[in-house]
Amino acid sequence: MAKAKTGKPHGGLATFFTRRLIQAVPVLLGIVLFSFVILHLAPGDAIDVMAGEAGTGDAAYMAQLREKYGLDQPLHIQLLRYGTQIAQLDLGYSIRNNAPVRDLILQRVGPTLLLMGVSIVLSVAMGVLFGAVAAIRRNTLIDDLISLVALLAYAMPIFWIGLMFIILFSVTLGVLPSGGFYDVVRQDVGPLARGLDVGRHLVLPALTLSLFYFAIYTRLMRASMLEVMGLDYIRTARAKGLGAAKVTIRHVVRNALLPIVTMLGMQTASLLGGAVVVETVFNWPGLGRLTYDAVFQRDYSLLIGILLMSSILVIIINMLVDLAYSWLDPRIVAR
Amino acid sequence: MTSDSPSPLRFGPVSRRTFLGTSGAAAATLLIGRTGEAFAAETPQKGGTLTMAIWPDPTALVCAFTTSDQVLLASSKMTEGLVAYGYDFQPQPRLATAWTLAPDGLSATFTLRKGVKWHDGADFTSADVAFSFMQLLKPNHPRGRGTFANLTAVDTPDAHTAVLRFSKPSPMVMNALSAFESPILPKHVYEQGDPLRNPANNAPIGTGPFKFVEWNRGSHITLERFPGYWAEQKPYLDRIVMRVINDAGSRAAALETGEILLAGPNPVPYSELARFRSNPKFEVETRGEELLQHAQAIQVNLRNPDLAKLEVRQAILQAVNREAMARAVWYQSGKPATGPIPYQAGDIRLANPPAYPYDPKKAEALLDAAGYPRGADKMRMKLRLDWVPLGEANLRGAEFVKQSLQRVGIDVTIRSSDLPTYLKLIYTDYDYDLNLFLYAPIFDPSMGLQRFYWSKAARPGSPFVNASGYASPAMDKILEEAATEIDPAKRKALFHDFQKLAMTDLPILPLLDLDYTCILSKRVHDLMAMPEGIRGSFADVWLSA
Repeated sequence: MAKAKTGKPHGGLATFFTRRLIQAVPVLLGIVLFSFVILHLAPGDAIDVMAGEAGTGDAAYMAQLREKYGLDQPLHIQLLRYGTQIAQLDLGYSIRNNAPVRDLILQRVGPTLLLMGVSIVLSVAMGVLFGAVAAIRRNTLIDDLISLVALLAYAMPIFWIGLMFIILFSVTLGVLPSGGFYDVVRQDVGPLARGLDVGRHLVLPALTLSLFYFAIYTRLMRASMLEVMGLDYIRTARAKGLGAAKVTIRHVVRNALLPIVTMLGMQTASLLGGAVVVETVFNWPGLGRLTYDAVFQRDYSLLIGILLMSSILVIIINMLVDLAYSWLDPRIVAR
Repeated sequence: MTSDSPSPLRFGPVSRRTFLGTSGAAAATLLIGRTGEAFAAETPQKGGTLTMAIWPDPTALVCAFTTSDQVLLASSKMTEGLVAYGYDFQPQPRLATAWTLAPDGLSATFTLRKGVKWHDGADFTSADVAFSFMQLLKPNHPRGRGTFANLTAVDTPDAHTAVLRFSKPSPMVMNALSAFESPILPKHVYEQGDPLRNPANNAPIGTGPFKFVEWNRGSHITLERFPGYWAEQKPYLDRIVMRVINDAGSRAAALETGEILLAGPNPVPYSELARFRSNPKFEVETRGEELLQHAQAIQVNLRNPDLAKLEVRQAILQAVNREAMARAVWYQSGKPATGPIPYQAGDIRLANPPAYPYDPKKAEALLDAAGYPRGADKMRMKLRLDWVPLGEANLRGAEFVKQSLQRVGIDVTIRSSDLPTYLKLIYTDYDYDLNLFLYAPIFDPSMGLQRFYWSKAARPGSPFVNASGYASPAMDKILEEAATEIDPAKRKALFHDFQKLAMTDLPILPLLDLDYTCILSKRVHDLMAMPEGIRGSFADVWLSA
């Protein structure tokens, strides 16, 4: 990989994206196949759940529903049907929610991306800043304090932090709403007021979700900085007379960021998982909770639709991460 | 009226029995008089937005084809039934203003309300009623084929008369006509295409006091006052906003901040109920569940040769201290059950069925006599215990049962699963020993209880039915007679026989009668005017400042 001296992807950006997209096809196929099989290994189907919720289910009624939705067919026929449908870019119909899967996902993807985006930015920014400060002032009171806060944030369960925030900021102080995406009672408000309202509702969930990752980034950044600070080229940079600030920003921080970017790529995927908890506590109408309900309701088409969409998201993020590597360290070439 | 000082009318089985023992009409007057008294002090105020919690996000907004509790909660504000049931379990006019059941029980004639409009402006007629029962509810309601098994046709001699025709007398149908059991839907909207995929299932068009505005999935549902509602002046509220709040802690917080004014059933962890009861801003209600009723019991798998022995089942019931269980597991929101029919049911409940009081010594003696002495490890037998994964209280209940049985020498392994897995294990594979579950007996036992005791209700794959393998010709006869007996007195006697036999044979071990709670701000009034409570239409509900 360390051949070219430019930070550009091998063969230009267009080739890079084309190659990556072609590579993504078998990955996505594998994901569809794997999730389809593994989900159908779980006992029960959506009709069982519906009948369970109804208190009881007439056998003939349940058989009729299964026939209608093709759930009485052998697994390979169901898979074939689903595959044909996906190939036509149709995510299918959610029996449980009486709605097309695409609509269900599109309705929920916005709030999730907003929450994820803000949380990632917040946690990376705070993590890099505090990690760097801790490394520069290592073994001082500031370093100890930052490490303590990071440790606490890392150790506390997300849902508990969320509930404590609600009790403090909503119940006791009454300054922020306890949950929801916007104030659903207020009507006829302008886009600006609505935006501000969403912002107010975003504060607590974003803070909660970013605290855990902030802790990880802080610790990672501190360790990475300390490692880089001991390397030869830093000594060289100092020896050639660069000021402390320049050395830190240009040479130390930039190189120390590489593991942060790696972590960021990995965690963007897992953030969806963490979002389930935060979305539940703060009633954030996002994908996480939709996924959670889909699992327990055996809503396979919805679940696979979400998994497929998340995989696409992860593939895109991985591409961006690889590009970021080569931007941070031109010796690395994205392929 | 605070909820922690139970009024005798609401709670005491004795007084409930007394007043239901009098003639139906007198009882109804007494009841209306009393509830009226409680609220008459203030005249309803118009306007305002009622915010309430709903969880999890419903899967549809019409309860004709899917009937989970949150769907009932939403649907019942927009759609109506022919009647609604009062605290005396007698029907009261809604879409029907009068009805007569033929003496032979083979037909029921309903006079329909005139001048009723659908939310889209069309007129409501008998054609809608016939279409709803025959084309929508009977074939497509999850319980429709059972409830309406004997309903053969609905005749419509004129636009405001509907005659339900039965192949056999079906007294149960007369108790299944409420908005949340049998919502009447518009024929002109459902005529075309597959009713299960009709867009109106997610954006209902009904005759109810509130009409649909928007459903932002995962966030909220907004309903607004239907100005063309048939009851003049009603509804009082301008809007209802149902917010999806999935976490019990978050619901408690949203109640405390005033972001929601109402939540139920069982909105907050049981451990927090006391805090809300002592808060002057809130009312904790246990009314509003009388039509469904709730109970916790152990379903026993009689296919297990150990459990097939009656002494073993008696011993299990006598080994569990139900008083302590009500305290430890349900924080007093329950009381020991005497039989399958809970205390809310009135005089249909038998006062003294065979009883099995808590007596661990007796339990041990029974087990000794049945041929299960304590072995080298001090244990007599091994059993698996499943619990219905609907709420954490059931797991605590399972732990309580496990400890109780351990003490008398029954080694219990708790098995936890998610709902679909649980349903498959218990109701499809019958692969279980003891099943700690919840059930809603419903005020008509033919609807709510028959399925657990009737041998013909047992069908692999049907959840919450007879999974015990219990088949008693005597029991089948009683239940089948009760299902077609239209004389209320004879029917009641049959249900008394049913309870006696159920508590003799013990295919199910009733543990507790449960009180479900609903928490509301003191600003919310007249929610409990009818026992539908939070599943009611909210036409009478109003907000004070």
